[in-house]
Amino acid sequence: MPPATVRKLSGTLGPLPPNPAMGSAKEKWVVGILGEGPSAVPRVSTHLRAADRFGTWKSRWTLGRDDYAVLPGLYAVGSPDRTSPVLVTANYKMTFDAVRKELAGVDAWLLVLDTKGVNVWCAAGKGTFGTKELVRRVDAVGLARRVSHRTLVLPQLGAVGVAAHETARATGFRVEYGPVHAEDLPAWLAAGRVATPAMRRVRFDVRDRLALAPAELVFTFKPALIALGAMFLLNVAGLGFYGLVDLYALAGALFVGCVLAPLLLPLLPGRMFALKGAELGLIWAVAVCLLNGWPDAPTLAWPKALAYLLVLPALAGFLTMNFTGSTTYTSPSGVNREMRRSLPAMVVAAALGVLLLLGDGVAALFAR
Amino acid sequence: MKAQYLKNVATLRYDAAKCIGCGRCAEVCPHAVFAVEDRLARVVDRDRCMECGACALNCPTGAIAVHAGVGCAGAILLGMITGKEPSCGGPERREDGASGASCC
Ligand code: SF4
Ligand code: SF4
Repeated sequence: MPPATVRKLSGTLGPLPPNPAMGSAKEKWVVGILGEGPSAVPRVSTHLRAADRFGTWKSRWTLGRDDYAVLPGLYAVGSPDRTSPVLVTANYKMTFDAVRKELAGVDAWLLVLDTKGVNVWCAAGKGTFGTKELVRRVDAVGLARRVSHRTLVLPQLGAVGVAAHETARATGFRVEYGPVHAEDLPAWLAAGRVATPAMRRVRFDVRDRLALAPAELVFTFKPALIALGAMFLLNVAGLGFYGLVDLYALAGALFVGCVLAPLLLPLLPGRMFALKGAELGLIWAVAVCLLNGWPDAPTLAWPKALAYLLVLPALAGFLTMNFTGSTTYTSPSGVNREMRRSLPAMVVAAALGVLLLLGDGVAALFAR
Repeated sequence: MKAQYLKNVATLRYDAAKCIGCGRCAEVCPHAVFAVEDRLARVVDRDRCMECGACALNCPTGAIAVHAGVGCAGAILLGMITGKEPSCGGPERREDGASGASCC
């Protein structure tokens, strides 16, 4: 991360610069304008409308989430004055909504950074929610002339991209880190801006994991379609007899890796995500065999059954390992080690399984 | 839920001699890895560290160092293939900041 340029604050003299946030004045979530001329600031509603919730839902399902952003700049909540707190956030609409909906009855300024429509944590990791953008934005809205105090309240996860002491040096504003989760803002403000230890911890409960499942599924959908397409082509070419069983076996493994294993994460034995996923994948593979008459009257030839026992756990394990990207506690060093240990096993198992499946297809061809 | 990942892998390093006890590390760490008592920081549980880098970035005296990055298999895999430093790739993965997802 490049250090913030230390420079003189230009925002203390001359007319206030125009507030780019005024471009949002016509948005449905803007309920008025505070002040006039260059000092004008849009006042935002603390109530989420159906359209806002629908936007959140669409975003979770990755439908048109790429430009789900609000204009950066200064917004008002309630009737803030020169002494009101300045809360800094990202310009991802979902994040912006999560913050404003917690601020009913609060008078505050909302300083929205240009994070290219990315949430605080991801943007901080990339550096767009960073010292440089913060310093620039504080300056650009002439914050020093709009408030009499010298404190910025940042979401705690913003600390991944913002250096508090560098911000203070460059802007004269002290940085105070608020709670990790926007839903704790009211309690944090009410307690005189003191965070309990719980407010400082990132939570990752069942609800959070469930919220991520749609995106995981959608991202897996495309490769899955390709696999199904390949099976279909092999069918057409007369090389395989892939049918309903293959379809639900594969779909089940996807569901296990993207939804079930992430949901049951803390309950599954082991520390490695791939292992957790493979365990459930194996259970699913056994279930598929049982569903097809094993062990008494198998309708599934043994090469195919064996192939399922190899491929499905590998697939579920791989998908679950990918979930490390969505968790809030996996370190890059840890993921690195996990991958070096588990990837070879998964690749070998999957390759053997696919060979068996192909062989099964060829055998069926010759039997005809 | 008690989130636990692999043990003994975090690259977190802390030099107590440089600490001035300002408390920032404890304030910014989302996994309570640090505690500051009697104006001195202490590592409580380094296995909880997810290497986000917030503490090192915000320590005014440079008492903390960590190899920060994204704990995301997809990004690391891509990094292995392309030979580049793993990073959050593209706009495709962004989640609700309020519920806290780490990879992008
Ligand atoms: S941020 Fe640095 S100086 Fe401040 S308490 Fe932590 S280690 Fe010590
Ligand atoms: S790198 Fe992040 S998780 Fe690790 S100790 Fe520092 S702030 Fe905490």
